[in-house]
Amino acid sequence: MKNKTSFLPQEGEARPSRCPDNSAFKQQKLPAWKPQLTIASVLSSFFLIGAFCLSVGVCLILSANSVREIQIDYSDKCSDCSKLRENSSNWNKECQCSVNFTLKEDIVGDVFMYYGLQNFYQNHRRYVISRSDAQLLGRNVNIQKSYCAPFTTYRNGTPMAPCGAIANSMFNDSIDLFYNLNSSVIQVPLLKTGNSWWTDKNVKFRNPKSYNLSSAFAGTARPPYWQKPVYLLDEEDERNNGYVNDDFIIWMRVSAFATFRNLYRRVRHIRQFTDGLPAGNYTFHISYNFPVTKFKGRKRVILSTVVWSGGSNPFLGIAYVVTGTAATLTGFVITAIHLKLRKKKTYFQK
Amino acid sequence: MHRQWKKRQVSWEEDRNVAQLYRDGVRKAKAQLEMNLKRDAKNAKKGFYRYVNQKRTVSESVPPRDERDWQTEEERQLQANNRDFNLQFEYANNSIKTSKYNFFTFLPLNLFEQFQRIANAYFLFLLILQLIPQISSLAWFTTVVPLVLVLAVSGVKDAIDDFNRHKSDKHVNNRPVQVLINGMLKDEKWMNVQVGDIIKLENNNFVTADLLLLSSSEPHSLTYIETAELDGETNLKVKQALTVTAELGEDLQKLTEFNGEVKCEAPNNKLDKFTGTLTLRGEKYALDNEKMLLRGCTIRNTEWCFGLVIYAGPDTKLMQNSGKTTFKRTSIDRLMNVLVLVIFAFLALMCLILAIGNGIWEHDKGYYFQVYLPWAEGVNSASYSGFLMFWSYVIILNTVVPISLYVSVEIIRLGNSFYIDWDRKMYYPFNDTPAQARTTTLNEELGQIKYIFSDKTGTLTQNIMCFNKCSINGKSYGDVYDMSGQRIEINENTEKVDFSYNPLADPKFAFYDHSLVESVKLGDVPTHRFFRLLSLCHTVMPEEKKEGNLMYQAQSPDEGALVTAARNFGFVFRARTPETITVVEMGETKIYKLLAILDFNNVRKRMSVIVRSPEGDLTLYCKGADTILYELLHSSCDSLKEETTEHLNEFAGEALRTLVVAYKNLDEDYFQDWIRRHHEASTALEGREDKLSELYEEIEKDLMLLGATAIEDKLQDGVPQTIETLAKANIKIWVLTGDKQETAMNIGYSCNLLNDDMDDVFVIEGHTSDDVLNELRNARKKMKPDSFLDSDEINIQFEKSSKKPQIIPDEQANGVYGLVITGHSLAYALEGNLELELVRTACMCKVVICCRVTPLQKAQVVELVKKYKKAVTLAIGDGANDVSMIKTAHIGVGISGQEGMQAVLSSDFSFAQFRYLQRLLLVHGRWSYIRMCKFLKYFFYKNFAFTLVHFWYGFFSGFSAQTVYDEWFITLYNLVYTSLPVLGMSLFDQDVDDRWSMLFPQLYVPGQQNLYFNKMVFVKCMLQGIYSSLILFFIPYGAMYNTMRSDGKAIADYQSFALMVQTCLLIVVSVQIGLDTSYWTVVNQFFIWGSLSVYFAITFTMYSDGMYLIFTASFPFVGTARNTLSQPNVWLAIFLSITLCVLPVVGFRFLKAQLKPTPSDKVLLKIKEAKKRPPPPSPKRRLRRTSTRRSGYAFSHQHGFGALIMSGRNMRPKSPFATTGTFSPNSDKYKHKGL
Repeated sequence: MKNKTSFLPQEGEARPSRCPDNSAFKQQKLPAWKPQLTIASVLSSFFLIGAFCLSVGVCLILSANSVREIQIDYSDKCSDCSKLRENSSNWNKECQCSVNFTLKEDIVGDVFMYYGLQNFYQNHRRYVISRSDAQLLGRNVNIQKSYCAPFTTYRNGTPMAPCGAIANSMFNDSIDLFYNLNSSVIQVPLLKTGNSWWTDKNVKFRNPKSYNLSSAFAGTARPPYWQKPVYLLDEEDERNNGYVNDDFIIWMRVSAFATFRNLYRRVRHIRQFTDGLPAGNYTFHISYNFPVTKFKGRKRVILSTVVWSGGSNPFLGIAYVVTGTAATLTGFVITAIHLKLRKKKTYFQK
Repeated sequence: MHRQWKKRQVSWEEDRNVAQLYRDGVRKAKAQLEMNLKRDAKNAKKGFYRYVNQKRTVSESVPPRDERDWQTEEERQLQANNRDFNLQFEYANNSIKTSKYNFFTFLPLNLFEQFQRIANAYFLFLLILQLIPQISSLAWFTTVVPLVLVLAVSGVKDAIDDFNRHKSDKHVNNRPVQVLINGMLKDEKWMNVQVGDIIKLENNNFVTADLLLLSSSEPHSLTYIETAELDGETNLKVKQALTVTAELGEDLQKLTEFNGEVKCEAPNNKLDKFTGTLTLRGEKYALDNEKMLLRGCTIRNTEWCFGLVIYAGPDTKLMQNSGKTTFKRTSIDRLMNVLVLVIFAFLALMCLILAIGNGIWEHDKGYYFQVYLPWAEGVNSASYSGFLMFWSYVIILNTVVPISLYVSVEIIRLGNSFYIDWDRKMYYPFNDTPAQARTTTLNEELGQIKYIFSDKTGTLTQNIMCFNKCSINGKSYGDVYDMSGQRIEINENTEKVDFSYNPLADPKFAFYDHSLVESVKLGDVPTHRFFRLLSLCHTVMPEEKKEGNLMYQAQSPDEGALVTAARNFGFVFRARTPETITVVEMGETKIYKLLAILDFNNVRKRMSVIVRSPEGDLTLYCKGADTILYELLHSSCDSLKEETTEHLNEFAGEALRTLVVAYKNLDEDYFQDWIRRHHEASTALEGREDKLSELYEEIEKDLMLLGATAIEDKLQDGVPQTIETLAKANIKIWVLTGDKQETAMNIGYSCNLLNDDMDDVFVIEGHTSDDVLNELRNARKKMKPDSFLDSDEINIQFEKSSKKPQIIPDEQANGVYGLVITGHSLAYALEGNLELELVRTACMCKVVICCRVTPLQKAQVVELVKKYKKAVTLAIGDGANDVSMIKTAHIGVGISGQEGMQAVLSSDFSFAQFRYLQRLLLVHGRWSYIRMCKFLKYFFYKNFAFTLVHFWYGFFSGFSAQTVYDEWFITLYNLVYTSLPVLGMSLFDQDVDDRWSMLFPQLYVPGQQNLYFNKMVFVKCMLQGIYSSLILFFIPYGAMYNTMRSDGKAIADYQSFALMVQTCLLIVVSVQIGLDTSYWTVVNQFFIWGSLSVYFAITFTMYSDGMYLIFTASFPFVGTARNTLSQPNVWLAIFLSITLCVLPVVGFRFLKAQLKPTPSDKVLLKIKEAKKRPPPPSPKRRLRRTSTRRSGYAFSHQHGFGALIMSGRNMRPKSPFATTGTFSPNSDKYKHKGL
């Protein structure tokens, strides 16, 4: 309403009082751009978008194809372990299992190790809210007010740290990778930090302040499914322990779907592995702690490289190619219809 | 709001006070005339009005107004000056209360009212659901924030309105009035007046309550009142007190001792009826309406009067009548209500599906997943969980019925109403009246009008008669020719004739032909005789309060015009007594003796006067309809007759009303004999009428033709053009007028409603039910013979479903027809079974004219069309008699700037000129309609696209009522992110500008057929929304599934997905609004780009570290924005979603316009092509009428005033100036006000 630009010169004060203002706004004459669907704009948008989509799609498919990915479903590979885990009373019994695989070619570049879960409904509403952000921020808060129930406190009133279903169900298999080189077994060096978002690591998660971690968590107890308390998650690295443990942080970033993968480790580029993983035989040593068979879940371990567009998922590439093709074809159809109509029109005009 | 209200208030007051002062004197005379006339003219009216009155009483037994329940009081009893006695009945006192709330009750009452609206109640229900922890799927603020905002906005509006009502109540209640208390007149406030009090009113006071008139200052205790506020009639009315109370005079002693007891009916809303008895000193006197002064009237021309309060405050007839005006709703409103119900059903269905899904999921998977996620407390079975989930989804999916829809609709309508207020092209500078949208909720209906019901007088015509042309002695005057002899069109610039030689001339009178003045000045005998006739032969009453300030009160405006013409040309009719007429002839005062008036009536269609000039000549002057007068002419005039006939045809061709004037010199002896017989006849007891008319015929013979006059019933400016344009827009126009048939038809022709190109104009004037039926059937037979066959679909439809009132589809006649129906016939036609016949016949005609209809019939006709036709109706009128139809029609338009404000006050829109109607409909109405439709389409689309994503996500999240978006996004989506762009579109969009809208009225048709928003369109929007939601969900899903970011970290976390989908959604709906906007003003650009930027700004702010550290629980999405939106594949997915959502729409729209263009598409194409060429000249051609119809005579349909004048009953004391022989030297200084 600010553009009261009068077109006519003011007629002085004699103008009657009730006469409406002659402003472009009030007279609905604001200057305006009036775009219309013309044949030119429609066709050019279809062809341009078609061409763009096609080229992007081809690029995406090509780059997705260059991704090397190895997936190993190990949920049944260690059948005794999975049976053992079905009975929750065996929670502190160790169960190791190993899976072998062979790389025929080198995997060059950054290699990432993921664990993948299937049929694990991390996106269930009650699951998603079952956490206390304030607690994870190291604040001394009453978690009773959070949605952590029923993983809030033990019967004797000892609060769980961290509370909630998400934390309680944290993925606790440990996976190690071994390279079998000429009958000697070399453990592939893996990085366990730097796998989470910077904001999560530095803003969202903080340990309670105290002179050491165990005293910071004094008066709390580990979640029921955990084998060790939170301040022992990574005893080697002070900055990867407690709430700021990378594995924990990554788990706490719940997935949007029931099938998902989380970054677990990165291959460290040293020694034989400077360029990535060389070809050869490998073994995963897994300490099998995380039960999934009860809800028909699956567990996988995944080794993958990435490109600019992410992983090996071809969906976007294909979708772009299809869209591009469809747009271009529609463009041709529109052209044809337009030409036919115009001919008809000129015919009638004659 | 406040400003508008204020404006109204002020203008109302002004109108009451100022506008009337000037004419008081005249009115008083008029009122007196009226009173006498009533007696004289009763017979003529009787039959017709009796019938109408009967009808009225019948229909009033089921009054349309809101009638309060007054059963507690059956009879009112009161005693004057006896408060104690009257108090026992607990009658209401005179304070009124129109306000609804006070300071303490405002909040609870207002909230209660607001929650009666279904949408608000629904949101309250949601809020309650959200408070149940097992169900709550959304944070409380998602519902509370919008609800509070909406309630606050409406609450503030209501508070302001009520505050204003309080103020006006206080103002009225505190008006002072003199009340007789203990023998003293005391100043009291209005609100303290009680039933039984005696109060004194003075000139120009408002009547305080409904009073029984006791006495007044005028002789016979007459009291003049003006009832404009009550019934809109601006002439004065007379009330007269009982003789027994009149004696009280202003003697306070007597008045104090007056202890009459009144028994009367309980308060009611009948303005024209009152019955009661006054018991005084044991004697009973009947009381009727003639003795009542009603609240709302104003005392005029009466120094003082005393009255006894009968009804006070809320019991007064005024307050009883000011019942609630029916609340009008638009058809889109009604459609929206239906749609909301449909959406509710759809919502319930979705929730049911999801709830069942949840039950199955919990049974199959959730049960086993309890290891990690135990069921919520109290939930022990999958089906119970499903039940809870149903309500959770009700909360989540509530956004398909967004609360902001209603608020936005109101804002859009308000905005579009302001455009009407602001439109300079609907501003009438002559009386400084801008157009006004008095109701701000009906705008889009203006774009859907199919029937217009128009009043005639004051609406189509100005009710000003202009002496336009004349033919004197075979010479025609009035046209202006240029040098080459070509006729010149008369416009504002044409030079007017200078009447300055005549100081008594009416400055308003305009005449352009100079030759007539020349001929007057030259002293041409026939010309002088012509004007002398006009100044003598009439029944006009002069009024001259100040010298030279001459005003005429004519019974019909035509007569006034003729006398005024004579006055200007130098034959000034100045005064009359029962025996004389004073005329100033070319500056010389002459007194004619008036010997007889041979008055007008419907059969004679002429009137004559017999006068004796100062020189002693006896002359009969006669004017009348040509057909009648031509028979009475002397044979010597034959050649003149031919020439005059030619002129008459010419005049008639221009739709002028013509009269022929003639004179005859009388022989003294013969006249003496005649006047003796006349006297005998007029005192005869039997067959007086017949004897008189015989005598009249005897003397009105062998007349000498003088010439003819042509009077223009001035149409309002631009009426024919407007009607032509509206007709092109497929709008049917019905004229409903109280005027008689000839006048109505004449106007029909002159404003191009009827014309000679029509195949036929049917006139329905039957006097019995059967006649009317036959006439109607014959008309229909001619228009559409098929419609009587059994195979006709409407007949079939009737047979199928008998009785129930139903919608009749439009029927096509085989030509262009007009229908004229009189009030008598209409009365029959509106009865029971004839109704249908009338609707079918009338709606086939292009034009319908109803003449001599009562206000009630006007409303009935409108009601009839509303009942049987699925069409939007508009009624336009200016007077109190139009109020009923204005209130009945879907949209009522009042012509403002006239004297009576009644029509305007009850109208929805008002402006000063009929021609603004085309702009109101074709420009404002069309735009409003298109805007509203576009808004609704888009709004439903965007909310479906928004909400249904949750539905799809349900299948992937265990039907757990997990939302896809961040809760803040859900809260802000409708309120902040998407509200302004769509508002911008709905306030600024124009498909073509106003000029093209007016040039191509066909563009109006889609609105009438409701093409832009109906159930089909809604379904389409829904489908588009569903399609978009599918794309919006599955493209991001596919793009994120089992993949990772370019730095190897996982991408498919919930927060990233949420951000991605909401960003997609927002960009898609923004592009879509861009696609829908066809008129991008700066504001639109600002809103659209601004909304997108605001989205990103708010998102980044809410997801920032600082916000998280302060409000940890509320903003858990910390870091999501910068981590996710930096990924190339996220943007690629967003781009793909946009392309897939929008590109098909572009293609579809384009192809649809190419392959199946609607008529309006074609017009738009034409306009597009025309725009390339230079703009066509604006169509300023004048519509010429080709009719050869000769019409009408310039008399009203009532009896003349002749008898009244001769009796002298209506004469006021003689004007002091009437007999002065010369003009006062400074008399020309007066601003004259003539007719």
